Amino acid sequence: MDRQNQENLGTNRSPTNNEERSSTQSLQGRRLFFYPFLITFIIMFGLWLVLSGHFDAFHMSLGLISCAIVSYLSSDLLFPSPRIRGLFSQWVRFVRYVPWLMVEIIKANLHVTYLVFHPRMMELIDPRIIKFRSKLKSDLALVTFANSITLTPGTITVYVSIDGDFKVHAIDKASGDPLPGEMEARMPGHSVRSNG
Amino acid sequence: MNIIVTLLLFAGLFFFTGGAVGILRFPDFYSRLHPAGKLDTLGSLLAITALALFNLHHFSIGTLLTSIKIILILVFVFLASPTATHAIVDAGVRAGLAPWVKGEERR
Repeated sequence: MDRQNQENLGTNRSPTNNEERSSTQSLQGRRLFFYPFLITFIIMFGLWLVLSGHFDAFHMSLGLISCAIVSYLSSDLLFPSPRIRGLFSQWVRFVRYVPWLMVEIIKANLHVTYLVFHPRMMELIDPRIIKFRSKLKSDLALVTFANSITLTPGTITVYVSIDGDFKVHAIDKASGDPLPGEMEARMPGHSVRSNG
Repeated sequence: MNIIVTLLLFAGLFFFTGGAVGILRFPDFYSRLHPAGKLDTLGSLLAITALALFNLHHFSIGTLLTSIKIILILVFVFLASPTATHAIVDAGVRAGLAPWVKGEERR
């Protein structure tokens, strides 16, 4: 009798729990949907202003309407996982990452230009394929990492798998050695991985 | 202002030339893509920055907008160029072309 009561209580309790959970989830979902929408809208409208160049009421309102529609339909493309926590720090990391990448690109470009114009170039270069496994997990971080590797001269990403297996073609030993190293540590998506 | 723009344009031209010479001099398919894909990127960075600066010579909202559009071209070049390079390399790997190693004949 007691056990049955307990079971009844148990079965009675679980639906309410589920309801509560689903209601909080939907509330969270609504709130989480709003910020990506807002950010996408701001980016879209900035682009509209730059590309149209007309600042009268007609063109502005056209821009507002079409930007709202586009960001409503496709804000989940720009932010596939609606997690706002960590987004700001990720942007800060990205902003700090770009100038560093620029400096690396210029340094490495000078190295490749030196190789190109060197009279005994054939003895200096030593192409090789490097394989390593990256610790990055999110798709966006992997893509940014692969693009950064290709942008810094002396190295081209040959192959990336979804698990983070990299194959990189390096023009000589000096340009292949620093990988993955510092660039991976500075990747904007690096902090996301530890959160899950 | 004119001096800076000229310097930037010549630096860009230097890297473009380096890219062209590198395509001719390097020994095989994969190593030729190194100068082709990347010296061009830095060359276009310098040349396009020079153009955007030169455009700001007579400062107004209109020229500022045009300069921002020119910089936008640069952003797309920086996204597209490594992707295209990677696609070409991937095509070579799928076709089964072995990379050149030190000591071989140049191809």
